[in-house]
Amino acid sequence: MTKYDAIVIGAGHNGLIASSYLAKAGKKVLVIDARSQAGGCASTKAFAKAFHVSDCAQWVHQLDDKIVKELSLEMHGLRLGRAKRTIALQSNGDHLIIDGDSLSGAGISGSDKKAYKEFSSQMRAFAKLMLKLYRTRAPKLVEADRGDKLTLLSLGLGLKMMGRKNMQDMMRLVLINIYDVMNEHFEHDGLKAAVALDAITGTNMGPRSPNTVFTYIHRMVGEALGNRGVSQVMGGMGSLGGALLSSAKTQGVEVRLGEAVAHIVKTDDRVTGVELSSGEVLEAAVVVSSADPTTTYRDLLGYRNIEAGQARRVEQYRTRSGTGKLHLALSGPPSFTGVSDEDHSQRLIIAPSMDAMETGLNPIKYRELTSQHVFDISIPSIEDPTLAPAGQHVLTALVHYVPYDLKTGWDSNESAREQLLDSLLAQLEGYAPGIRDLIVASEVLVPEDFEASHGVTGGNWHHGELSIDQALMMRPFPGSTQYTGSVEGLYLCGAGSHPGGSLMGLAGKNAAEEILKQGVLS
Amino acid sequence: MNKYDAIVVGAGHNGLTNAAYLAKAGLKVAVLERNPHIGGATVSRELYEGWHYSNCSYVSSLLRPEITRDLELPRHGLQVVPFGGGATFMQNGDHFGSYSDSGRKYREISRHSKRDANAYARYQADTSRQTRLIRPFLLKTPPDPTSLKPRDLKDLVDFAKPFINMGEEGLLDTIKFWTTSVGDYLNEYFETDVIKAQHAGSGIIGTALGVYSPGTAYVLLHHYMGDVDGNVGAWGFARGGMGAIANALSKSLQSFGGEIICDANVDRIIVKGGRAKGVALKNGDEYHADIVVSNLDPKRTLLDITDERDLPKDVVQKAKNFKIRGSSGKLNIALDGLPTFDGLDPKNPLMAGDLHFSDSLERMERAYDDWKAGTWSKDPYLDMMIPSLTDPTMAPPGKHMMSVFVQYAPPKVEGREWTDEDKDGFEKSVIDQISKYSPNFRDLILHCETRTPREIEAEVGLTEGNIFQGELTFDQLLFNRPFPGYAQYRMPIKGMYMCSSGTHPGGGVMAAPGANAAREILYDLKRPNTVPGSYADD
Repeated sequence: MTKYDAIVIGAGHNGLIASSYLAKAGKKVLVIDARSQAGGCASTKAFAKAFHVSDCAQWVHQLDDKIVKELSLEMHGLRLGRAKRTIALQSNGDHLIIDGDSLSGAGISGSDKKAYKEFSSQMRAFAKLMLKLYRTRAPKLVEADRGDKLTLLSLGLGLKMMGRKNMQDMMRLVLINIYDVMNEHFEHDGLKAAVALDAITGTNMGPRSPNTVFTYIHRMVGEALGNRGVSQVMGGMGSLGGALLSSAKTQGVEVRLGEAVAHIVKTDDRVTGVELSSGEVLEAAVVVSSADPTTTYRDLLGYRNIEAGQARRVEQYRTRSGTGKLHLALSGPPSFTGVSDEDHSQRLIIAPSMDAMETGLNPIKYRELTSQHVFDISIPSIEDPTLAPAGQHVLTALVHYVPYDLKTGWDSNESAREQLLDSLLAQLEGYAPGIRDLIVASEVLVPEDFEASHGVTGGNWHHGELSIDQALMMRPFPGSTQYTGSVEGLYLCGAGSHPGGSLMGLAGKNAAEEILKQGVLS
Repeated sequence: MNKYDAIVVGAGHNGLTNAAYLAKAGLKVAVLERNPHIGGATVSRELYEGWHYSNCSYVSSLLRPEITRDLELPRHGLQVVPFGGGATFMQNGDHFGSYSDSGRKYREISRHSKRDANAYARYQADTSRQTRLIRPFLLKTPPDPTSLKPRDLKDLVDFAKPFINMGEEGLLDTIKFWTTSVGDYLNEYFETDVIKAQHAGSGIIGTALGVYSPGTAYVLLHHYMGDVDGNVGAWGFARGGMGAIANALSKSLQSFGGEIICDANVDRIIVKGGRAKGVALKNGDEYHADIVVSNLDPKRTLLDITDERDLPKDVVQKAKNFKIRGSSGKLNIALDGLPTFDGLDPKNPLMAGDLHFSDSLERMERAYDDWKAGTWSKDPYLDMMIPSLTDPTMAPPGKHMMSVFVQYAPPKVEGREWTDEDKDGFEKSVIDQISKYSPNFRDLILHCETRTPREIEAEVGLTEGNIFQGELTFDQLLFNRPFPGYAQYRMPIKGMYMCSSGTHPGGGVMAAPGANAAREILYDLKRPNTVPGSYADD
């Protein structure tokens, strides 16, 4: 029987990146994924005949350029679209346009323009410091080894270099909510809401939730990497998965798709391999899981194989997502009021005000449907006509908030989905009159669907809420940090480990580096 | 000529404490109070003949024992009587009793959930570990992490020590605890709604946040870190009402030669050549001193009684951004007799404890949703007490006094000022809530004093009626309180200080901010310190 150096569970972007870096270092690596398509949440699907959408993640914004270079992803076919402007749709048709640091439209005042520049540049400075921390494992604070101490020292110096004022601001801002900060800086409701949307994307929090400035800075790491805005992947997100797969294979990674890991095999007190659902057992010196921590510990390893305290932490790890998705196949180009033809290819958002967002969140807390949604819209077929038949289009939108565990249940309740679709379309009609008449096919995805299709617990693409108590050196939870699992021979490399999700790839890279550094692979 | 060494603005408990320590060090001190009575929010007033209302703060636990002993408050008349337990009444007619006796507590929790009963010891151990960690910092000045002064660096190291001693996992758990929501924290231990709800109350009292808002676990701790006679976490009634604390402090102050001047409404702080020189009253009188200490909240201190031109721009901005939100109201009720509650024997000791009517986190969170929408809660969270059961001096024989703390009440109603009709509506929502569980309650009411944030602000001078003088969220705690760079009680004007609950360690009748500020003032004056340190056993 072949014995691998490392078996990586999951061929999502982090799993493939970890595999590639391990293989690059000469290790014998196998990556296994239950899905037949590589890429995990970076996937493309035809949801109606000849209409293709990125059916999970929709934007690339934070992919680390170092990884793109080191894994030659462009050579393997990765092509990103142009950096997009954000057009915050206003109900009166006079929209707010955010282009990097500059604002226009919507009667935005000079003082808001100036304040936004200052705000962005301060946030970018914070994000740059954060990126430093993101590109390495999150240091231990007490049991810090030499590497951790160096990281801490470099962070401390970085903080000092920002100057006393920035340092004081940071101490205050990291734990505060975006709601108050927006009110402190800006006048325009649409602007406040547009920024707040970036602070709550992919979380189960509202603008008033403390710690949402932290999530905003997380988001700004993309800007720290030099991106002015989000981009789409040409050919759909699946092309990113494809490029990563091709790169991994070139490095010599063995890939088995369409085969599910049934459980992680523990022999005596260490992990020795995996068993597939076919019954086949594969051995490896280490098992590296890019599945989310809940799936890894609860489903694959099993609570009986970890300490009770650790099992409790897994149970308490928050994974409930509040984000859903809308896919529309359109017979012609949609027309949003007040948006030029060319601008339909930009990122369009609907977030009227922070209070509306907060009101939209309320019912979700009680597992009920909301009627006020926030949209993050892409019409990718404009920039990339290969996604739809000629002259026709696809629209995809991230939708907040959609409850994970609807009180009445999603399955038993077809009408809940219909009701959701209806209320989404009704809201959309307000900004793009006549859009309903163009719809050839539609699909609504709720968090539960992502759980089923992509195996992410709670439907959470970030593999766990990225709130500060589950971030950085606490990610995913104490006792399983620095990519090391709770059992010897087990490692984590998914978005559930530092620095989290958002198609950054750093969790996978950092994990591989950590495994190599520990020297557990001879 | 009114010439003093130091003037303290506001005779609340922190102002009195601060003045007492300055006087003890030999300074000539005057405390100026706007109202005809002292105490601020630590006050008891006879607003209905024969009844004494503690009409703001209503229970005592946080008052630092070091200060109680050092200022000899018991000799000056203070007696705190502990009360045991509490209960949450449920919509299904049952209740959950939180007994102080551990055996009885275990049996009662078991009645609702065996699993929760077994988890309780773990909850208590984990929570008291956090409590033990924080208590020694209460009587310390927070170090400034951005400073390189030797004193700050040494304090930072001292500050970090107990955290480092917890080990990696212990430290991470602590950071988690400080940043998580009380709802998530309780979910780690309990499965039963009513048990979570009973404990979650401490996480939201006085705070404009919901039980699911990150950061509320710390607020829970803030209510747990006190003690009565060394019994950590216990709460008690000050005999005669909370005013007894202010009275004892004032007697202590006077015993050191300090003065209290009532009906002295300060208009502004006099600043000459960048130095505080005294205060001017609204009536034109002036009091002169080289040390001016404000016990008003940070907003009132910096935006109201200080001339903006005397302050650096960033400080004005920081004061404007300081979060001080009205989130609560209060009803003080004179009762003709003892109300009865469904399912609870009137002789049960729980009757003398804190009583609640929200039996799930969801109901508490919905109450917060109302606040966000700018209205008072339709299904309010109540922290209700009948102090006259413990302290008979609060009401005539056979009669009772009830104190009802209400959450949530917004500082403004749907963006406009409170009206008398709003106040009536607010009062009705509270009385209706209690009546649902107490059939005879409504008929026993003789008098009711209702306080919305509007009344609290108008009388006590707390901006927006915020009882803690500023939200207890992490962006405003420790070295961030009131704001980064100014957490060491010194204001940017030389000779000007703050000693209010808006400074570290925050609100509650703790007296620690007043004492800490006194220590810093004496340090600057190069006088011997009169302020005690924390007890060694903490």
